[in-house]
Amino acid sequence: MSVLEVSNLQKSFGSTDVLKNINFSLERGEILSIIGSSGSGKTTLLRCLNFLETPDEGIISCNGDILFDSSNPKTLTETEIRKNRLHFGLVFQSFNLFPQYTAMKNVMLAKELLAKGRPDYKSNKKAILTEIENEAKALLAQVGLSDKLSNYPHELSGGQQQRVAIARALALNPEILCFDEPTSALDPELTGEVLKVIKQLADRHTTMIIVTHEMQFAREVSTKVLFMDDGYVVEYDTPEEVFGNPKEERTIRFLERYSNGLE
Amino acid sequence: MTFTAVTLKLLEGFETTFLIFIITLVAAIPLGLIISFGSMSRFRPLSWLTRTLVWIIRGTPLMLQVIIVFYGPGLIWDNVRGLTRMSSVLVAFIINYAAYFSEIFRGGIEGIPRGQYEAGQVLGMTKRQIFFRIILLQVIKRIVPPMSNEIITLVKDTSLARVIAVREIIMEAESFISTYALIWPLFYSGAFFLIFCGVLTILFQFIEQRLSYFRV
Ligand SMILES: Nc1ncnc2c1ncn2[C@@H]1O[C@H](COP(=O)(O)OP(=O)(O)OP(=O)(O)O)[C@@H](O)[C@H]1O
Ligand SMILES: [Mg+2]
Repeated sequence: MSVLEVSNLQKSFGSTDVLKNINFSLERGEILSIIGSSGSGKTTLLRCLNFLETPDEGIISCNGDILFDSSNPKTLTETEIRKNRLHFGLVFQSFNLFPQYTAMKNVMLAKELLAKGRPDYKSNKKAILTEIENEAKALLAQVGLSDKLSNYPHELSGGQQQRVAIARALALNPEILCFDEPTSALDPELTGEVLKVIKQLADRHTTMIIVTHEMQFAREVSTKVLFMDDGYVVEYDTPEEVFGNPKEERTIRFLERYSNGLE
Repeated sequence: MTFTAVTLKLLEGFETTFLIFIITLVAAIPLGLIISFGSMSRFRPLSWLTRTLVWIIRGTPLMLQVIIVFYGPGLIWDNVRGLTRMSSVLVAFIINYAAYFSEIFRGGIEGIPRGQYEAGQVLGMTKRQIFFRIILLQVIKRIVPPMSNEIITLVKDTSLARVIAVREIIMEAESFISTYALIWPLFYSGAFFLIFCGVLTILFQFIEQRLSYFRV
């Protein structure tokens, strides 16, 4: 069973159709890179998957459970959406760390708030919080920030902030971790450390969807590549096929422009 | 007139000054918050109406508003007694300052990047949690400097109350001119304002200091 199945997803803003009939599925442990020129709808697709935008049409299911169905109002309530969001994690281009909290607290906060809803929270508070704390420490160690636990976001470099953001997204154990151009707000010398962390996650077979302009990285790390153009999925295949043997005219032109340094 | 006698008289006026100040402050903050929600409402007629009212209140002198609140009701309706002098001052001040505060709150709330809300949303937080755990403190940090300016202006604006003969400190000081031909009590009253504003400045600096551990 696919971990993610998207069928007939459509989204428009006013009269602009941004996503037009998007269909694809993803298996557990796969790493999908989404490429395409600016304005093709990549960010909008990720935002729909994380329910930051409500698609106009279509179905999103995770492990066979329908999370969103435009024709079923029950899947559209706020509580339902909030619950379904937890299947996905999202790492933003601009990190969006919470400035008033330390790196540790950024990673722990959502989990603490969720834990409050547990029936055994009152009786087990101490143990639960210690566990959350230990997990956060382990996650920050995993992204190489053991020495920055008590630093505030403004005391961290862009690359460090993005790594905290990755740890924060991982804290809720999402089925699918999404990245929207995770390195494009970073100085070139800082992209490496973030890509390295994503690469490590790939080695652990974390299911990921990465919107990226780093073609070389997409080629190395992903198991699938999806090329979008003008709101359509134009090509969806292994990186070897998409990069080495593109079948669609539009893909060929995009990759050409890219290798000429225009994209 | 001894220095002590003048001081006692001025303290009497200062009590009124302080009352106008503190009641206005305590009431205008929540009212300003409500007004700011009105002006940010997605329901167009409401936000339009609120913003027009704020524009009128901020676009006319507070002194005029005090006069209107005090004399207005009696002029419009023959048999209405209207508010007392002090209540009129308070009503005008509260509305006026709520309008100013509402713009500060709106600026503070609208200035929070959308990404902060979205980061909370994708982490499964409720709207309430996002507001109280993430947004609120950032808004407070942003509005402390403009609020402290406005609050210090309020201290000095209290002297407008004398246009309808509310005996705040300046009015008390002025009465020494007419009664005893003494002008120095008026200058002396300035010291009360100076000290009061000084205390407030220190207080706001302390708050800013306490919030300086993060940046927004
Ligand atoms: N909230 C919105 N309101 C109106 N139009 C929008 C909105 N969000 C996106 N769009 C439009 O949708 C189209 C796709 O935008 P999107 O951000 O998904 O592109 P993208 O592929 O992520 O581009 P980039 O590579 O530049 O990030 C663009 O034409 C954009 O102007
Ligand atoms: Mg984008």
